[in-house]
Amino acid sequence: MRNFDYHVADRVDEAFSIDGTQTMAIAGGTELLNWFRLGIAAPDKVIDIGRIAGLNTIERSGDWLSIGALATLNEIGEHAIVHEHAAVLAEACLAAASPQIRNRATIGGNVLQKTRCAYFRAEGPLPWACNKRVPGSGCSAREGLNERHAIFGWTDACVAVQPSDPLVALAALDAEVEIDGRAGRRRLAVAELHLTQQEAAAAGLDAALAETKLRPGEVIVGYHVPVRKSERSAYVKVRERASYEYALVSAAAVVALQDGLIARAAVALGSVAQKPWRLRTAEAQLVGQPPTRDAVRPILLAGLADARPLAHNGYKVAMAAGAATRAIVEAAA
Amino acid sequence: MATTVNEKAPTASSPITGKSNDLSKAAVTRRSVRMKVNGESVASEVEPRVTLLDYLRDRLQLTGTKKGCNEGACGTCTVLIDGKRMNSCLTLAVQCDGREVTTIEGIGSAEQLHAVQQSFIDHDAFQCGYCTPGQIVSAVACIAEGHATDTASVSEWMSGNICRCAAYPQITAAVLDAAAKSKG
Repeated sequence: MRNFDYHVADRVDEAFSIDGTQTMAIAGGTELLNWFRLGIAAPDKVIDIGRIAGLNTIERSGDWLSIGALATLNEIGEHAIVHEHAAVLAEACLAAASPQIRNRATIGGNVLQKTRCAYFRAEGPLPWACNKRVPGSGCSAREGLNERHAIFGWTDACVAVQPSDPLVALAALDAEVEIDGRAGRRRLAVAELHLTQQEAAAAGLDAALAETKLRPGEVIVGYHVPVRKSERSAYVKVRERASYEYALVSAAAVVALQDGLIARAAVALGSVAQKPWRLRTAEAQLVGQPPTRDAVRPILLAGLADARPLAHNGYKVAMAAGAATRAIVEAAA
Repeated sequence: MATTVNEKAPTASSPITGKSNDLSKAAVTRRSVRMKVNGESVASEVEPRVTLLDYLRDRLQLTGTKKGCNEGACGTCTVLIDGKRMNSCLTLAVQCDGREVTTIEGIGSAEQLHAVQQSFIDHDAFQCGYCTPGQIVSAVACIAEGHATDTASVSEWMSGNICRCAAYPQITAAVLDAAAKSKG
C-alpha cells in the first residue's frame, strides 16, 4: 500500500477538497483499504471524516427516519426504531458482510463500495482488460466469466453490478440521500444516486467510470427515510452460502395492505445492475392483488421481461422474480 | 509488553521525482498515534498506511493477532476497539488514536485462561489453531453482545471468522457453553 498524508476532519467542510483520486475520504475504511492494496486507488491525501460529531445519529423526526452517514451497519441493523419503521433496512444491514466489518462499515461509505467483478477487483497492474481500472482497455467480463454481472443497464464498456445490500433497501423505501458540498446541501432520491452504464453514457459520461451523481468534493452526510405507518417491508438475499457472502440477487419489498390486498408496493432488486433496480411497472400492477406467491410472481416476472442477460447470468431473471416474490410475501406476513 | 516507539523519518529521497503524484513527500509522512493496548498506553509515530494489524504485530510485537487474508475475509485479525470486534487489517493504526484496543493477549494468558479459551479447549474447537485467536476474540464479543443464544445465532454472528479446518460445530458448542456459564 502506498503511503499518504492523513488528516482528521472535525467538520464536514474539511472534506470538500476530496476529488476521489488524489484526495479521498475515509470513515470505516473497510472498502478503501482494499482499494489501496489492489491499486484501485492511490491517493496522496486521506481525510478521516469518521470522527465528525453528530453524523452518526439515528432518530425519527416527524414523518422521517433520519440516519447519519457515520452510523455503522450494526448500529442501524440493531436499532429499535429502524426495525419498527424500516425493517427492510435493518435486515439488509445485518445481511451484509460480517459482524466485525459491520462494526466499522458506515452507511455513508457502504453505498459507495465498488463492484465485486473479479476482473476489476484484482491487484494491479491487471493482466486483463477492465475499463474501470484502465480506461479504454476493454471489458473482460462482457465475453468472459459474467455469471455474477448485470442483466440491466450495462453497455459493452462495462457489465458490473453494485453489490450493496442497504442501498437496495433504501431504494425500496423511497429514501433520500443528503449530500453536502461547496455548493451547499442537497437531497436526492437514493434510487437515483447511482448510474447504470447506459445512463452514464447517455449523460455523456464515461460508461465504465461514472458510477454516481456525486460531484467532486461532495460528501454523503445522511439519509432520510419516509415513515409510512401502514407499510411493512422485508429483504431477501440469495447467495451461495448462508452468511458473509455477497448476493447473487437480492430483493427489497415494501408493501401496504388494505382488506388483505396490496394497496401499495415498492420493489427494488440488488446485484442486477449498477444501481438498485426498481420494478416500477410491476409495482403499479401489484395494487389490488393478494400478497401470495401465485398472484405476485407472474407480475414480477413480466416486470423483468426487458432484462438483457449476458452469456452466463440468465438465471438471474427467474432468481430475481423469486426473490422479489418472497420479499413481498414475507413483508405482508 | 507494550512499548513506546518513536521512529525518525527516513532521509533517503525517493527515486521517483518530478511527477505531481511522486512518493518522495508522502513516503516520509508520519503521524503520531496514542492508544491503549490491553490496558497499557502506547505512543508511536507511524506512516498513515500502516494497518492496526501490522502495527500490533510488527511494532508492538503482539503476534497473537494473526494475519490471514489481509482483506477482511477471514477474521483471524479480529481485535476489540473500544470494546467492539473489528478486523484490524481493515483499520489504519492512525484511526485508533485515542482508542482502546484489546488483542488476544489482553483476553487471557497461558497462566490465566479466559473462560472462552477454556471452553475452546474443552470442546476441541480447533485443529491447526491459526484462526483461534480471532475466533476467541470474536466469541468474547459475540457473547457480550447477547448473540450467543442458540446454534443458528452463533453460526450467523460468528460467520466473520473462517476456520479452514472446519471446526465449526465444536466452535459453536464452545461459544454456547461459555455463554451459558457466563450467565452463571
